[in-house]
Amino acid sequence: MGLSLKARANPLSSASEQLRILSNSNGFLPFEQKMSAAGLFPLHATGITVFQINVGKLCNQTCAHCHVDAGPDRKEIMTRETAELCIRALAQTDIPNVDITGGAPELNPHFRWLVEQARALGRHVMDRCNLTVLLLNGQTDLPEFLARHEVEIIASLPYYRAAQTDAQRGEGVFEKSIEALRKLNALGYGKEGTGLLLNLIYNPVGAFLPPRQEAIERQFKRELEQKHGVVFNHLYTITNMPISRFLDFLMATENYEGYMERLLNAFNPIAATGVMCRYTISIGWDGTLYDCDFNQMLEMPTGFGAPQHIRDFDAARLHKRRIVTGNHCYGCTAGAGSTCGGSIT
Amino acid sequence: MEVYYHPADLGKFAEMGKGNRELWEKFQSYYSAVFAEGALTEREKALIALAVAHSVQCPYCIDAYTQACLEKGSNIEEMTEAVHVACAIRGGASLVHGVQMRNIAEKLSM
Repeated sequence: MGLSLKARANPLSSASEQLRILSNSNGFLPFEQKMSAAGLFPLHATGITVFQINVGKLCNQTCAHCHVDAGPDRKEIMTRETAELCIRALAQTDIPNVDITGGAPELNPHFRWLVEQARALGRHVMDRCNLTVLLLNGQTDLPEFLARHEVEIIASLPYYRAAQTDAQRGEGVFEKSIEALRKLNALGYGKEGTGLLLNLIYNPVGAFLPPRQEAIERQFKRELEQKHGVVFNHLYTITNMPISRFLDFLMATENYEGYMERLLNAFNPIAATGVMCRYTISIGWDGTLYDCDFNQMLEMPTGFGAPQHIRDFDAARLHKRRIVTGNHCYGCTAGAGSTCGGSIT
Repeated sequence: MEVYYHPADLGKFAEMGKGNRELWEKFQSYYSAVFAEGALTEREKALIALAVAHSVQCPYCIDAYTQACLEKGSNIEEMTEAVHVACAIRGGASLVHGVQMRNIAEKLSM
C-alpha cells in the first residue's frame, strides 16, 4: 500500500503549493472571471441542507486520486470534544442531512456515537464508505450497525471491473469491495422496499470527465448484477478535483494543462448554479468550517465574515454566506456538474 | 509548417466555419444528431467512431474518440476490441479482393 503525499514529503502535500499551481492561470481564465461572465459571481449559499462532517484523514486505503491525501499514515482525527460540538450545533438547526466522511470515517472511534446522536435528533445520516473497511478486524459488525440505524451508505466504486478499480484504489480492492457489497445486500441494502439505501460513487480512473450519470448507472447495474449478483439503488458520478493526489497524478503524467482545459471548456453555467457549497456546510476534523470538502483540503475556510469554527456555529449567518472559490472549482462546474450527490443537470 | 498534423489543430476545427458558415452549421447540426442517444447509446456510437477513426487513420479523431470513449464509460479492453474490428474489416477487405485476383488469374491461366 502506498504512502500519503505527506508521508512522502511531497511538496503537493502542502495546500499552499497546490494553490500556487492552481492560481497560475497561464492559458486559462480564472474561475471568478468565468463566473462573472456568466453573471454568477460572487456565489452565495442558499441555505444549508447538508451538514458534512469530515472526521479525519485516517484511512485503510491510499487511493491514487484521493483529494484528502488520506491513508493509514495520517493521524489527523476528530476528537470526542469536537464531535460533541458538531452535535450541539446540529441540534440548534433543522438541517435534515448529516454526511459523514473522511478518510474512512468508520475508523474514527467516535463515528458510531456521531451516528447515534444524529439519528436521535431525527436526521438522515449518510456514511461515505470505502467498502473494504467493512471487512477489517473489529469492523465486521459495522454493516449491522449501519442497517440498525438506517444509515444511507454512499460507497466508492469507480468501475465495475477489477483492473480499473484496483488501478485507482489499490490491488485487490475490487474483489473486497464486491464481498462487502454482498454483505450489505444480504442485510437488505440496495434492495427495493427495505429503506436501506446503498448508492455507489463513480469517478473517472484518469484525466477525463465522468459519463452521463444515467448511462453509466445502467452499465453498472447490468454488470454488477449479472457478473457479481450485486444490486444497489443509484450511482452518482463525481468529477476528480485537480487537487492533492489527483493533482500529483496530473503533474506527473503531464496531464495538468489538458485536464484544466477540459474542465474549462466544459464549464456549464447551469451546473454552476447548483454546486453543493451553496447548500452544504463542511466541518473539518479540528472543527474548522468550510464551504466544501475540497476547500477544506486546500485549507480555505469559510470567509467574508462567516463563522469559521464549529464552536461559533451560527446558522443564520452561515445560511447566506458568500462562498470562497478558486480555480479548483472548475471541477464542480464542468459538464453535467459534480457534487457529493452526483451530477447536477 | 514543420508537420502536417499538430495536436492543437483539433481545437481549431471550428475555423472551418469561416469559409462557409452555412455548410459548417449544417455539418455541426448533423454531427450532433448522429452522436445523440438513439437506437444506439452514446457509448456505443463513440466505440464505432473510435473504430472508424482507426480505419481512416485520422489522428484527430483517434485523440477525440479515445477521450470520448473513456468519458462515456468504456474501458481499454472494449476500445481495443473496437480497434481490432476496424483492423479485421480492413484486413478482410484486402483479403476478399484476393477472390478477384483468383478470378482473373484463372481466366488468364492455362
